[in-house]
Amino acid sequence: INHIMHNGGLYKRPFNEAFEETPMLVAVLTYVGYGVLTLFGYLRDFMRQWKIEKCQNAIEREEQKDFVPLYQDFENFYNRNLYMRIRDSWNRPICSVPGAKVDMMERVSHDYNWTFTYTGRVIKDVINMGSYNYLGFAQNSGTCQEAAAKVLSRYGAGVCSSRQEMGNLDIHEELEKLVARFLGVESAMAYGMGFATNSMNIPALVGKGCLILSDELNHASLVLGARLSGATIRIFKHNNMQSLEKLLKDAIVHGQPRTRRPWKKILILVEGIYSMEGSIVRLPEVIALKKKYKSYLYLDEAHSIGALGPNGRGVVDYFGLNPEDVDVMMGTFTKSFGAAGGYIGGKKELIDYLRTHSHSAVYATSMSPPVVEQIITSMKCIMGEDGTTIGRQCVQQLAENTRYFRRRLKEMGFIIYGNEDSPVVPLMLYMPAKIGAFGREMLKRNIGVVVVGFPATPIIESRARFCLSAAHTKEMLDTALKEINEVGDLLQLKYSRHRLVPLLDRPFDETTYEETED
Amino acid sequence: MDIKRVKDYIYWLYYQYLLITCSYVLEPWEQSMFHTITVTVFAMVVYTAYVFVPIHIRLAFEFFSQIFGGQPDSTV
Repeated sequence: INHIMHNGGLYKRPFNEAFEETPMLVAVLTYVGYGVLTLFGYLRDFMRQWKIEKCQNAIEREEQKDFVPLYQDFENFYNRNLYMRIRDSWNRPICSVPGAKVDMMERVSHDYNWTFTYTGRVIKDVINMGSYNYLGFAQNSGTCQEAAAKVLSRYGAGVCSSRQEMGNLDIHEELEKLVARFLGVESAMAYGMGFATNSMNIPALVGKGCLILSDELNHASLVLGARLSGATIRIFKHNNMQSLEKLLKDAIVHGQPRTRRPWKKILILVEGIYSMEGSIVRLPEVIALKKKYKSYLYLDEAHSIGALGPNGRGVVDYFGLNPEDVDVMMGTFTKSFGAAGGYIGGKKELIDYLRTHSHSAVYATSMSPPVVEQIITSMKCIMGEDGTTIGRQCVQQLAENTRYFRRRLKEMGFIIYGNEDSPVVPLMLYMPAKIGAFGREMLKRNIGVVVVGFPATPIIESRARFCLSAAHTKEMLDTALKEINEVGDLLQLKYSRHRLVPLLDRPFDETTYEETED
Repeated sequence: MDIKRVKDYIYWLYYQYLLITCSYVLEPWEQSMFHTITVTVFAMVVYTAYVFVPIHIRLAFEFFSQIFGGQPDSTV
């Protein structure tokens, strides 16, 4: 409520984002836990080196031992000694459509997670809190599936060519016109893989002599695309507009590092919803800064398209802004549309340029026809063009589920990161043993969750990430909340001391993104 | 019934200890080693406290009472 006045009326609704600070005792105990595990890791490595114990991980061959060691860095040490011990919470095979409830194959390990065997039993109707199924379109029955089946019987499953050669079907053209209409931009282009959309198109847009300003917590695809492009990359603090403004000012004033020439292009890379934090980008301020300093904005709406906004049109719709202000709108069809692939939308000249110059467009196989039909049907459903109100109901149901779930978890006393309206809910676990314990206990109670640890998050801030869906009914959410409450009491996860303070705008060099009032 | 509740509570405390020190994820022989070391260190701390803390408290008490109580003697 404070920001509306401070930012000159840029925000039309309150922007409530909070990242509660790690309690000191919890941080110390987490480090103690990691210390114990590191010591035991050294002991096990010693035993493996001196052949006291059988070595089951990858090692170099005898001939390669004199060269640069491959497996001695911290990531590999972490992998062998910490990740292996709790590995049964990841890569769990599922054997049904990943809707609100999913069937999982049960597996056991007799040698402490080095190998797994299947018992043959299938755990049925596990409540799925991990799939990116925001609007509930991951179904194996219904209009989307029937349309996709018809297209499958007409076109087959494979395209056998890239877009430029013989792979440009009429449904691809229809999809691109539909996506452009959905987003409110002039033109759009669709690709077969969301990761490849980012990593192959950023090098086509920027090159040497350009500047990329990217957020601290950007996704690996954006980082890879930025590094492949050869441009200079500068990082600003997560969602921190003062940091971004300072970098922009420095870039304009000082220019390129040695020659002091002006930068050819300045591209700001942000995401709509950051999937590990659950935070939403401060888009009105970013657009105001972009206009002031005449730079370009690349918005990656992988998680926010379909999931935010009163009409489901993403973060631009959520803030009530003009889609023409964002130069490159990128998104994926994986999350809210229940399909696969990515798209880029923008001005017609930009998309025409990308059709010829993007690696993904020229070399990658085009999208499979049934997948395209799934996207077309689900997008028409969200827009309301198929004559029903299912799409609108899904969007509203997701917003209600989000608010309800987040409110209840906060009331229970867990530390939840992120914005009040984001359907991605990270629940902090901190201690490494609790990562494995949480995953296992929740599966025992028939709820499937995704827990995240070190390489994806900072080492002490491990979390469990819930992805809400419009397909979750209130009863499912209540069951899930009850079980989370039980497991929270059992594992002592309720760290919150209710010291949430709404974020105030202060110069960035005083504090980090989360503020306390002392 | 009460004995069961007490046993459950003690088991829950043991579970918390396992989670916090991350011995929950260790293999059984590593767990035994870790428990041995922890119990040894804890026993040594308790023994040291039992032997030395009363003597130190009595000495500190005498030192401070000498400072405050011994002033009239020194000025005369």
